[in-house]
Amino acid sequence: MLSFLIRRLSVVVPTFLAIAFLTFVAIRLVPGDPIEVRTGERGIAPERLALLRHELGLDRPVVVQFLDYLRGLAHGDFGVSISTKEPVLREFFTLFPATLELALAAMLFAVILGVPIGVVAALKRGTVLDYALMGTALAGFSMPIFWWGLLLILFFSVDLGWTPVSGRIDLLYYFEPVTGFMLIDSLLSDQDGAFLSALAHLVLPTIVLGTIPLATIARMTRSAMLEVLSEDYVRTARAKGMPPFRVVGIHALRNALIPVVTVIGLQTGMLMGGAVLTEHIFAWPGIGSWLIESIERRDYPVLQGGILLVSGLVILINLMVDLAYGALNPRIRHGR
Amino acid sequence: MPLLEIEELSVDFKTSAGPFRAVDGVSLAVEAGEIAAVVGESGSGKSVAMLAVMGLLPWSATVSAKRLAFDGKDLLGIAPRQRRRIVGRDLAMIFQEPMTSLNPCFTVGWQIGEALAVHLGLSKAERRARTLELLHAVGIPAPERRLAAFPHQLSGGMSQRVMIAMALACRPKLIIADEPTTALDVTIQAQILDLLVRLRDETGTALVLITHDMGVVAETAERVAVHYAGQKVEEQDVRSLFRDPHHPYTAALLAALPERATGRMLPSIAGTVPGAFDRPPGCLFEPRCRFATARCRDKAPPRQGAIAGFALCHYPLAEGRPVGHPDPDAGRERAA
Repeated sequence: MLSFLIRRLSVVVPTFLAIAFLTFVAIRLVPGDPIEVRTGERGIAPERLALLRHELGLDRPVVVQFLDYLRGLAHGDFGVSISTKEPVLREFFTLFPATLELALAAMLFAVILGVPIGVVAALKRGTVLDYALMGTALAGFSMPIFWWGLLLILFFSVDLGWTPVSGRIDLLYYFEPVTGFMLIDSLLSDQDGAFLSALAHLVLPTIVLGTIPLATIARMTRSAMLEVLSEDYVRTARAKGMPPFRVVGIHALRNALIPVVTVIGLQTGMLMGGAVLTEHIFAWPGIGSWLIESIERRDYPVLQGGILLVSGLVILINLMVDLAYGALNPRIRHGR
Repeated sequence: MPLLEIEELSVDFKTSAGPFRAVDGVSLAVEAGEIAAVVGESGSGKSVAMLAVMGLLPWSATVSAKRLAFDGKDLLGIAPRQRRRIVGRDLAMIFQEPMTSLNPCFTVGWQIGEALAVHLGLSKAERRARTLELLHAVGIPAPERRLAAFPHQLSGGMSQRVMIAMALACRPKLIIADEPTTALDVTIQAQILDLLVRLRDETGTALVLITHDMGVVAETAERVAVHYAGQKVEEQDVRSLFRDPHHPYTAALLAALPERATGRMLPSIAGTVPGAFDRPPGCLFEPRCRFATARCRDKAPPRQGAIAGFALCHYPLAEGRPVGHPDPDAGRERAA
């Protein structure tokens, strides 16, 4: 167990270095630097431009800048945002709960619907129901998030008026964040209707962000279930006279979940990427919106730090998935 | 009244190339406490017939019979819920592949205890006590430590012992053992067979032993039904079968026993069991039978009486000579 952790963590350091290097270089390849973007089309005097660049250290060679950045990282310093002058780390942790809340809601939505859909499709394989469910899943899997989000807003928010268009809660309500999770904070605030408002704001983003994971989980569950259902031990369970819900829901599902958990883990990582778009569509004040705005402002420290922190999160999630295997699959647990 | 009554049981499978009859009018009666063997090559329909009794065939199979009853209860028109009260409780089955027949995700103790909980409603402490008793009965050393073991930590022989313990859990009246020793080492095979016979002697549980191994039959069974291409071709008590087989197929099977070989070459039965699409019009064994005549080719054979071992043959053997055959010595020359 410990040696497994050490082996895994030893891969993490080079991965982090590579990500830090790639983001650092990639964002500098984009035309326009923080100063040019801020001065706009009219431009400013070249001397003033040079002075401002010098203040930010942008006139030094890129290698020197990178090494300087790494030195900061080694001390836990992710830099300071050029546009807000706030430390990147503090901004990240202020905005992160919003993203986490949305990602958890989306994953919950995807798992709670995806696993049963996959199981039903496997049990009814080859029937119209199976084809309908899997066809829908394929469509969901191929759905462009941007278009899907706008479509849902048009229909549910604009035409039907059931859900709010954007944001996390109505402007009527204000309370200081305690946990950063709007659902919890709104409950703690004791204001009438705050929780329902927060919930209503969460519905559409959750569906939009959860669609691709939902489709992926449903398809994975179906194929894993089909494989498991033909296993000898499922026949044994039936030979023991176990009722169908035990045969399928306990004997088969427990085994089928092992590959599904892998997919859930991978999808959680991808959710971070999906969140960037979803948050942008719904003006959700999370990491995604923050990163997109930083691209527009060429806020180098925010982009470098933000992407690195999100990557770290994805790596952490994958590590947790690997550990979760052990809990699910006794063959891994005992295999040293 | 016999414990298990099978009369004229047929099983048809839907295949993409049309229906395929895997079991063709098979009858068998098993008395309480008896050990009956069903012998035949792969594809002779012996397992399928017993899976039909258990209700474990896939949806593509159609079961029909004049009578199919266990302990006086009709199994043909029975509702699944009623069947589950019998299967796993009074009627249990163990399978060929012990390693894959146990669920890899659950402990041995859990898997044995499950039947006790569902069928008998035993409490946790009662289940533990009974499971320990069962593991002890099937000869597993240190049963307390095995309770928490997962199947992948057990050898094949141990797994089969666990399967037997599981089958015995609710004190069944009949156990169907489908090739229980085929996947095991030769040294373990004898131990498992001894165990099955000993448990029958102690508990009075009847046993149907499905096997292709005449050696296994000789060691354990009291009565033998020989199957060929989905049909029962002969049924006798074990001693008379070995002494005086009445069907040419049985005779050929016995002649093919390595320990009976006299020459330098091992005797074998030329050809293979007919499949779905090369079934001979008359006697199914005719293409491989050394006594076959034109009549065997054209006309389905009659069922002989008890004195001729219920042989399904035009010319049943008596002391190795075909009765009523136009040229009783023809086959000997061809065989030589």
